Amino acid sequence: MSILINKETRVICQGFTGKQGSFHTEQAIAYGTRMVGGVTPGKGGQTHLELPVFNTVADAVKQTGADATMIYVPAPFCADAILEAADAGIKVIVCITEHIPVQDMLRVKAALEHSGSYLIGPNCPGIITSGECKIGIMPGAIHKKGRIGIISRSGTLTYEAVHQTTQNGLGQTTCIGIGGDPIHGMNFIDCLELFEQDPETEGVVMVGEIGGTAEEQAAEYIRDHFSKPVVSYIAGVTAPAGKRMGHAGAIIAGGKGTADEKFAALQAAGVATVDSPSKIGRKMKQLLS
Amino acid sequence: MNLHEHQSKELFRQFNIPVPAGDAAFDAEQALAVARGLGGSRWIVKAQVHAGGRGKAGGVKIVNSEAELSTVVKGYLGKSLVTHQTDSAGLPISRVLVESLSEIEREIYLGALIDRASKRIVFMASAEGGMDIEEVAANQPEKILKVMIDPVAGLQPFQTRQIGFGLGLTGDQIKQLGSIMNSLYQIFTQHDVSLIEINPLIVTKQGKLMALDAKVGIDDNALYRQKALLELRDKTQENQRELEADEHGLNYVSLDGNIGCMVNGAGLAMATMDEIKLQGGDPANFLDVGGGTTAEKVAEAFKLILSDEKVKAILVNIFGGIVRCDLIADGIIRAVKEVGVSIPVIVRLEGTNVDQGKALLAASDVKIISADDLEDGAKKAVASIGGKA
Repeated sequence: MSILINKETRVICQGFTGKQGSFHTEQAIAYGTRMVGGVTPGKGGQTHLELPVFNTVADAVKQTGADATMIYVPAPFCADAILEAADAGIKVIVCITEHIPVQDMLRVKAALEHSGSYLIGPNCPGIITSGECKIGIMPGAIHKKGRIGIISRSGTLTYEAVHQTTQNGLGQTTCIGIGGDPIHGMNFIDCLELFEQDPETEGVVMVGEIGGTAEEQAAEYIRDHFSKPVVSYIAGVTAPAGKRMGHAGAIIAGGKGTADEKFAALQAAGVATVDSPSKIGRKMKQLLS
Repeated sequence: MNLHEHQSKELFRQFNIPVPAGDAAFDAEQALAVARGLGGSRWIVKAQVHAGGRGKAGGVKIVNSEAELSTVVKGYLGKSLVTHQTDSAGLPISRVLVESLSEIEREIYLGALIDRASKRIVFMASAEGGMDIEEVAANQPEKILKVMIDPVAGLQPFQTRQIGFGLGLTGDQIKQLGSIMNSLYQIFTQHDVSLIEINPLIVTKQGKLMALDAKVGIDDNALYRQKALLELRDKTQENQRELEADEHGLNYVSLDGNIGCMVNGAGLAMATMDEIKLQGGDPANFLDVGGGTTAEKVAEAFKLILSDEKVKAILVNIFGGIVRCDLIADGIIRAVKEVGVSIPVIVRLEGTNVDQGKALLAASDVKIISADDLEDGAKKAVASIGGKA
């Protein structure tokens, strides 16, 4: 088991024939992902990487039965791409692209509220179910099928958590990079709800960072509704207030969103926090032994 | 990207939000011309910098004659203004805003921003205008009125009435506020604003609402479709090293410490700063070289870090994903040689082809201290400058 995606998931790529779309589709295929086609408007009917190209997501869904998409189109066109995927009934929409205007995401979020789609990202590494399906830019080789679910706002910090849980033999079920933007798709709680129901996931690593209050909300959810052990790390203890730290959403605004507040909220909820990402794997191993 | 007050007010004028009569001036002569155009013998001169707290810092002065006006303007231009929101060097003043004086009956705070939790544009207002709104929010949150805007329906008249009556406005002022809020909402949505503030919004002795100050911030990710506003960008108000980093596609933030950091990924870059602190050191910067790191980018990153004279050691922390560690190692070796780095460089590599990468570093003739993980790297970096280890 796993959450959201597995070896049966039929994946298409939007922005398929572009450089990024092509490269990461090849990587996904090499990992064993069931890629079934792609979308590039105007190139419908062609074949790319031995897969069919469609003009619209609706066509792709009709012809291939796709239920997941990875979006590699440039930022100005992402809102449209996400909404097109949702309109076509795609269940899991993964948007990797960075630098989408925040007001585009406001409208997308409002439009998706009553759809049945899960949006992952934008500005994220994607989602991977170890050994089964990779939708995103993460290096497949560091993943190993196992027992831990990982949720993270950061790309390379996700890889740290993955690497450590692979090294110490725990392995992963599914890893989700929820993205570094202030307005994004699935949040920590959405992911935790799914991990709670997944019998193969025995523990969850949650990697947060400064900005917003998503970690505090997740802490409350964990305290009241989550039964499995959680290890959490928050990046940005030394980040100065008012400065955007790489990610659009990583900013301490009006004195709110500090790492200290987040650590405190998680600890109060009984979450095992670590003060260094180097300790994530060890801590989880200890909790599960 | 932030706009200057005078630019924000120009935008307000275009959307029929009342602002005091006035204009920007880049020298004393221009300031005098603006003042004469306004008429009268008393004006207000406001230094234009991208920071709040200008009033308390002496950046806003009332002048009572043309002679005083010239003296004050000459005193501002070419100098820097230090406020509680700037660093100790302050921000350069290259222009002033000269305005007619307003007769103030009361001061209100009115602003709008994007609220992450509700995923809505939120208007905030407070009868405690002119105050530091963050202080009010922290100490007396009940004094802040809020309405959340449905992105589909837009700002509704009842919401402007909620704010208006909540502020204790009456009669025609309720309508004036409604009109101002509607305009602010239009500016917000048409111009990809991330933050808009009027502090204070005043009620004049004549009962008219007027924006005495104006602050507008634009979403950097949307500047590609806000070309007219992009032309208003004043780079002198931005950190010069951060600006240079931006030109090379690097994410950089200056800090006060002496251990430079070069990392791929924003989260890992913050984690690296935190780890240095945890091991008893102080990070000199945040630097994310991004996903598709090349040897050229690594070299630029080294130059940038070394341009900060405080830096006594550099910790490189790369988790090679799609980018292979042997390529990164090669880039580091070339950059260290090319740039001529003479301070300790500690390198932690992990990920794809890590063994080849480490072997390259070990075999090279440049002096690099290799680390096994982030914790080890930070310890070695702190030790290399004789700090706690």
